[in-house]
Amino acid sequence: MTTFLQFVIDVLSLGGAYALMALGLVIVYGILRLVNFAYGELIMVAGYSMYLVNPSGLPWLAMAAVAVLMAVLAGIATDYVAFRPVRAKSVTAVLITSFAFSTLLQNAALLFISPRPRNVPLPEIFSETVEIAGVITPARNLITIAAAVVLLTLFSWLMRRSVLGIAMRAAATNFTMARMLGVPANLIISSAFAISGLLAGVVSLLWIGRIGAVVPGIGLEPLLIAFIATVIGGMRSLQGAVLGGFLLAFMDTTLNFTLPQDLLKFRDAFTFSLVILILLWRPQGLVSGPASGRRT
Amino acid sequence: MLRNLTTVAILVGLILGLVVVTNLLGVRLFDRLATNLCIALVLVLGLQVFMGNSGILSFAHIGFMGIGAYTSAVLTIPTQMKGMSLPDLYPVLAAVEVSPYLGILLGGLAAAAVAAVVSYPLMRLSDAAAVITSFALLVVLHTVMTHWSAVTNGPRTLFGLPKATDLPLAAGAAMLAVVAALAFKESRVGLLLRSSRDDEVAAGAMGAHIPRLRWQAFVLSALFAGIGGALWGHFITSFSPKAFFLKETFVILSMLVIGGANTVTGAVVGAMIVTVAFESLRALEAAINQAEMFTEQVVGLTEIVLALAMIAVLALRPGGLFATHEIGALLNRRARKKREDG
Repeated sequence: MTTFLQFVIDVLSLGGAYALMALGLVIVYGILRLVNFAYGELIMVAGYSMYLVNPSGLPWLAMAAVAVLMAVLAGIATDYVAFRPVRAKSVTAVLITSFAFSTLLQNAALLFISPRPRNVPLPEIFSETVEIAGVITPARNLITIAAAVVLLTLFSWLMRRSVLGIAMRAAATNFTMARMLGVPANLIISSAFAISGLLAGVVSLLWIGRIGAVVPGIGLEPLLIAFIATVIGGMRSLQGAVLGGFLLAFMDTTLNFTLPQDLLKFRDAFTFSLVILILLWRPQGLVSGPASGRRT
Repeated sequence: MLRNLTTVAILVGLILGLVVVTNLLGVRLFDRLATNLCIALVLVLGLQVFMGNSGILSFAHIGFMGIGAYTSAVLTIPTQMKGMSLPDLYPVLAAVEVSPYLGILLGGLAAAAVAAVVSYPLMRLSDAAAVITSFALLVVLHTVMTHWSAVTNGPRTLFGLPKATDLPLAAGAAMLAVVAALAFKESRVGLLLRSSRDDEVAAGAMGAHIPRLRWQAFVLSALFAGIGGALWGHFITSFSPKAFFLKETFVILSMLVIGGANTVTGAVVGAMIVTVAFESLRALEAAINQAEMFTEQVVGLTEIVLALAMIAVLALRPGGLFATHEIGALLNRRARKKREDG
């Protein structure tokens, strides 16, 4: 029973983080059909912001707010630098510019800060443990679950009820038609990038909370996770991304519990092979979203 | 036909000129630079064969470069060295020692064989799905290289490869690559593939078997990558799996994008420009570090400049420097115009 509870908590906390990562990637993809390779760097930006504001002595929550804000700004910058100049051109061009922008940000961190890990302030509660029904678990796992629940609820309310959310869903379904009906394209795209940055910022706080330090390459793993989760769940569907995040966490945790030690190091190869297989079986993912995909 | 011959003559001439000038100068540093450039040419032309003709971005290319390098390494490291550089190697392979030239060829073939097996089902995908799977493939190949200690010495550096690659060999390989890439582009498969790039639906309706065409290009491209990787391995003589990941992918991709992915000329010119820029920036970085102008080491400047150049090229001239026509076609057209005018 305790093992089971442990398993459930692991899956939920890991899945919550994965779902948020995937959501941040898919909100941009759904509307723009842009696979944002610079998404992992938004997480890096938030991490380094925490490091840079650390000496200011502000309370942790204020520093976290600054970090999330920086991630939002970096998201909007992605739109202006990597996306807007080539929006009307081929999919490949957009992919390459976002890849270039990711390299740019990473190397800027190398050049202006340091290649070595930098410590990030963490609140006390991140390192405490809690006991639930005989299971001892780090408090940050419960915080992750809570953050995921709050953000996912907020997000689904935003997408369903608010004018912005409805306009974004309209743009994701049929961009040209949405524009004809007066949806301002640039505003919608910038908002998608801003929301993507917001999610990346929150994920960054939770993700870095596990390690306590930030390095220039920190974004790669979240990016890969987000890729896998969105591909499994459905590249064009927001619900699919969340589902994919939890499924991936379930798979990872199961492999962690069952795979023998000498195969465990190949875990990434296993999960990525699975991604390839799923794409072959259902190129659109488990949940298919709205058809279309014009963005000009 | 004439324009293709002109293109071949000019591009091969460029490489020959590079070899002659380097030999005349006789500076060791330039020799290293020119060899690196020729190896990069093989790799970029390989990527061009697939990406230029099919229009699909592939991240997996550098993974196949790694397969070539490791295959050749396992086959050519002298038997008495193997105990040290690959202690866990399977006994069957431990006794094998072939000449580096054969090793380079086998490295290319091994990469092509792996590509032939894994890529066929992937070629059905287009656009973003194709890019993400190729990215996934790169991660899988990288994970395997990092953890298959018996063959690759794990994440540690593998050393002991015989030094076999010199400038003439690398330049020869680069010239062959130019001819092969151009021949493929003008072949029946290449033409059909290019038609599928420009209009997938129309090409399919005319009866082009698109997955098969893409697969043929992909396998050829992996062959180039494998040979390029093996050449590089026998030039540098020690390397680790880190050499075959995103950083290298970025450099090769930037060469192709800046030059122009759709033309062989673009690939060659892009490789030359980026290599020169890359090496000068690296030298600048080293000079800054040597002068100790800043308290911390300067790293990453090169990549920042390259990334900016890539974004600028894609925004201002999305096809690269040579977007649609090879250099031969351009010159021919100009000559014809002159004749008509005069």
